Amino acid sequence: MAGQKLCVCVCVCVCVWAVCPKDDFQEELVIRPLHSGDIYASFQFRTVWETDFTRGNKVSHYRLFPKSLGQVISKFSVRELHISFTQGYWRTMQWGQPFQPAPPGAELWVWFQDSVTDVDSTWKELTNVLSGIFCASLNFIDSTNTVQPSASFKPLGIGNVTDHRFLRYATLPREIVCTENLTPWKKLLPCGSKAGLAVLLKSEKLFHSSFHSQAVHIRPMCQDWECKTTSWELRQTLNVVFDLHTSAQGKREWSLFKMFSRTLTEACPLASSSKIYIDITDNPEQFEVSPATPLLSQASVLGDRRTFSVYDLTQQITFGTVRSLNLLIRWKSSEGDMLRPLLHGERYVAGYGLQTGEIHTLMYNYHPYRSFPVLLLDSVPWYLRLYIHTLTVTSKGKDNKPSYIHYQPSKDRVRPHLLEMLVQLPPNSVTEVTVQFERALLKWTEYTPDPNHGFYVGSSVISSLVPSIVAMDTNSTRERPLFSSFFPCKEESSYFVRVYTEPLLVNLPTPDFSMPYNVICLTCTVVAVGYGSLYNLLTRSFQIEEPNPGLAKRIANVIRKMRGVPPL
Amino acid sequence: MYVHKAGLQIDLRGQLAALSIAAVVILIGVPLWWRTTETYRAWLPVSQIQELANLQLQLSADVEVVFARGTVTPEQQKKVPLTLTQDDEHVVDEDTALRYRYETRYRTATIMEEDALNQPTAAEADLSLHTLSESPCGSLVVYVIPESSSLLPEDVDVYVGQRRTALLRIGAQTRVGRTLEQLLSHLEPRVKQVLQVMSFSHTDITAALSDRVRLSPGNKESIADSMRAFKSSPGYEITFSLLNPDPKSHRLHWDIEGAVQTYIQPLLRKLAPLANFSIDSQTLYYAMLGVNPRFDSSRSAYTLNSDSLAHVINPVEARLGSNAASSNPVLNFLLYVPDAHHSPLHINDHKKQEVPSNAFHSPRWGGIMVYNVNDFYGPEAAFPVDINIDMAKVMGVFLAQLRLLLGVQSSAPPPRFLVAPCSSAGIADWELDRLMWSRSVENIATATTTITSLAQLLDQIGNIVINDNIAQQVSSAVTSLQLAVAELESGNLRFALQYSKEAILASERAFFDPSLLHLLYFPDDQKFAIYIPLFLPMCVPILLSLLKIVSDARQRRREKHAKAD
Repeated sequence: MAGQKLCVCVCVCVCVWAVCPKDDFQEELVIRPLHSGDIYASFQFRTVWETDFTRGNKVSHYRLFPKSLGQVISKFSVRELHISFTQGYWRTMQWGQPFQPAPPGAELWVWFQDSVTDVDSTWKELTNVLSGIFCASLNFIDSTNTVQPSASFKPLGIGNVTDHRFLRYATLPREIVCTENLTPWKKLLPCGSKAGLAVLLKSEKLFHSSFHSQAVHIRPMCQDWECKTTSWELRQTLNVVFDLHTSAQGKREWSLFKMFSRTLTEACPLASSSKIYIDITDNPEQFEVSPATPLLSQASVLGDRRTFSVYDLTQQITFGTVRSLNLLIRWKSSEGDMLRPLLHGERYVAGYGLQTGEIHTLMYNYHPYRSFPVLLLDSVPWYLRLYIHTLTVTSKGKDNKPSYIHYQPSKDRVRPHLLEMLVQLPPNSVTEVTVQFERALLKWTEYTPDPNHGFYVGSSVISSLVPSIVAMDTNSTRERPLFSSFFPCKEESSYFVRVYTEPLLVNLPTPDFSMPYNVICLTCTVVAVGYGSLYNLLTRSFQIEEPNPGLAKRIANVIRKMRGVPPL
Repeated sequence: MYVHKAGLQIDLRGQLAALSIAAVVILIGVPLWWRTTETYRAWLPVSQIQELANLQLQLSADVEVVFARGTVTPEQQKKVPLTLTQDDEHVVDEDTALRYRYETRYRTATIMEEDALNQPTAAEADLSLHTLSESPCGSLVVYVIPESSSLLPEDVDVYVGQRRTALLRIGAQTRVGRTLEQLLSHLEPRVKQVLQVMSFSHTDITAALSDRVRLSPGNKESIADSMRAFKSSPGYEITFSLLNPDPKSHRLHWDIEGAVQTYIQPLLRKLAPLANFSIDSQTLYYAMLGVNPRFDSSRSAYTLNSDSLAHVINPVEARLGSNAASSNPVLNFLLYVPDAHHSPLHINDHKKQEVPSNAFHSPRWGGIMVYNVNDFYGPEAAFPVDINIDMAKVMGVFLAQLRLLLGVQSSAPPPRFLVAPCSSAGIADWELDRLMWSRSVENIATATTTITSLAQLLDQIGNIVINDNIAQQVSSAVTSLQLAVAELESGNLRFALQYSKEAILASERAFFDPSLLHLLYFPDDQKFAIYIPLFLPMCVPILLSLLKIVSDARQRRREKHAKAD
């Protein structure tokens, strides 16, 4: 009898399993103390849904996956979507590599399915819809700032479409990220900001920081290692760096409350896993963490094996007797060396005057003995006219010939320049890429409201497989912390890194904007003067006048008149 | 003398030069300036739009009145007129007039119909009559049955079936033996009453015209009725949301996919000619209502009063999210499961009585149902509790609300009428017809208002550029409107609705075209400020020299006169 009951039970369970599409939600926070005394907090929220948006079947019943994004995926036949909003610039040399790199401003790149016929109009509509969802000015993305990179942005999920006709990439370096972008981003989370790690996301603290970056990544991925069925992954990430001096008043002491003005009391009840990782690789020489946790975890991330203390929020014991978790990190000494990032990029504009200039891009390879290739992507607006014949690539004073160059020249007011090249970086070297440009004159309605501020040029993107010191994990379906599983790893000996350089701010020749009225007045005056004299010449009749009699003669005549004598 | 003549010649040359410059300016300069500063305005069918502004709608309904055996005598049978057309005219306001044309055809029942009418119950008779012949959309068949017939209960005179048929019991006072004219004149108002229930009534149609005609404030009830339903639109998005404010205690499971297939889809399939529908559902956690329910200790339950229901929606709506994929109106249906500490929750009506369905709807927005789950578990249950939601109960409420919001009328029938219960599809054929009549009229009214106001606007602001595509949209809207009106007149309901939908789409597209907005409109004073520096220095010398020529000519004439004298 009991066995029968169990059997029924199992049957019911199986039925439920089969009927409901399975979805799963995980949340995670990584805290990494930085050597500069700043602190880096990286949130990741992942929703995985065993469904298929691709085969044209209509997906319309949502549980954990947000409905608005699901509708976007099915309506626009999106295969992969990556969008990020960033305030501030990630200082690679001080902070090391971030878990999810992002350029300042807004970045959007989308792979469409190969069933899309008119990619450009779909892209235009998609950016407009996304701009509504995220309250951002993504509607300013048009053909003049969209490119189709041929090699730099490969799909991160599964999918054998590598035809870059279905890829669109655009950045808005000027986009200012603020609360109104954070609120819709938080709304996409199943628990909102009511429970779990998301209660820490208070905008007054998050935006009082040196770096803030929030992103949404959607991609299809394998359910298991055999990859027979696909599921869709929505990854929402938020990275923030709190400054030692402005946020901590210079004290090397951090706590959750100090960073976010909140403590944690519970995990999101919908999350299957809810964890906090603290990078303690340098502990105990440098800092101490309290409360201490017996759980430790090791992960190879960004070419380095790191040790983390793990706090599992789904366990009641984590919160202790006070039923609230307030992690405290205290530095003991300020010494210590950071593992220098192996790849780094910089960019600046050189030259003087308002006619020509030169863009310099520097790529640093700090690896002591290995050289590796990098892909450099540059998208430059049309109003900087690149002279591609002046392109030079030099490393260690010698000419370094790129093995692959993809250059698409700009068209005025239609599309930007796209320059992609594959460069081999020699070990321990700086490679400099320079190209000259000429500034174009804009029409007076094309200037921004504050044209004297200058015009932004988006960051260069340097993507590379960097040789790893430790063996990387290549199994993409194995249970791993979220922060280490974002970029898929194909081989053990290297890991993927994407580095963004600074955006450029370029001054263009700016006219005086009261000019049109002045021009109208001036031309009218000129026309009037020219026309007036011409008219006079044509219509007046000219006669030779008798020369005036002299003064003496006139006086004499007056006298003669008085005398009654005829005048002279 | 010679010198004088030369001076005259030079004078004449100057005058000729001035005149020719003036001629060049007027003949070439002014047209050139006019052409280059002109705005492009494509041709619009203005006269046809003005005709539409004065809307004369005619609605024609076909009625077939079938006499069963025992209602007319054989002599009368021969004299039964074949058709009878009746017109009913109403003037709604100065530019809108309505005319209803009822085309009644009389005949006697066939043998098969007689057999069908001999079924034991009205519902069975209705079904078998339907299988005999299918009447087209918008038409009706009224079977007149003898008073002695046992099909209808004692207190019922008219049975309204699920399709387009009605059974009408001949009254006691019109016994066989009276003249045919008397019989017909007695039947006529009763057939009309059936028509008003089953196809259209004047109140419905005037309510559908509300976009065009400002209704005189009638009774409150009818205004509330007319404002409840959504405006006609080519598509609707239906969103079901499960609100779970307490995921820590309740783990809710709802089989929304199955429920939609079973309960909602049959209705929507029926309504497919009316509009496109798309359905989706979502689950929202930690979604709270905007008001705090009051604890009623006498019932040991929380209550929401009817006057606080208005504040419930706004905070929830922020979480619902708008539809990213289309701009059609959204019908929201929310299922709210109160959290464990605030259950059970009941909605009270105006009389402080519990609402049995525990649900309410908001006009032109959607419906909310409160679903209490506290009976599913005991006080010592381990949280979170898994709860399966009874979808039949939920969908019954939502379906009723959906019918109301889509404008499927369910007002009480007149006395002595019996309306057949709803079929599995949730809507009877005649209810659909009724909806199609009023939706066609509403679409026509909306499209004509849009088109006439667009034409008026373009007429008033001369600076707006009218592109070819706008002109094309306007013309296609006008053509569709004319076709829709014509189809209504000839009684082809399905085509009328189709054309009216096309008209509304084209007119909205023309009206909201961005090219009508983005031009800069320079006011006249600014234009003059720009043109005066150019025109004034040019015109002043020309005008002065013209004046001089005129005054010279006058002087010469006077001199000539003086000489002649």
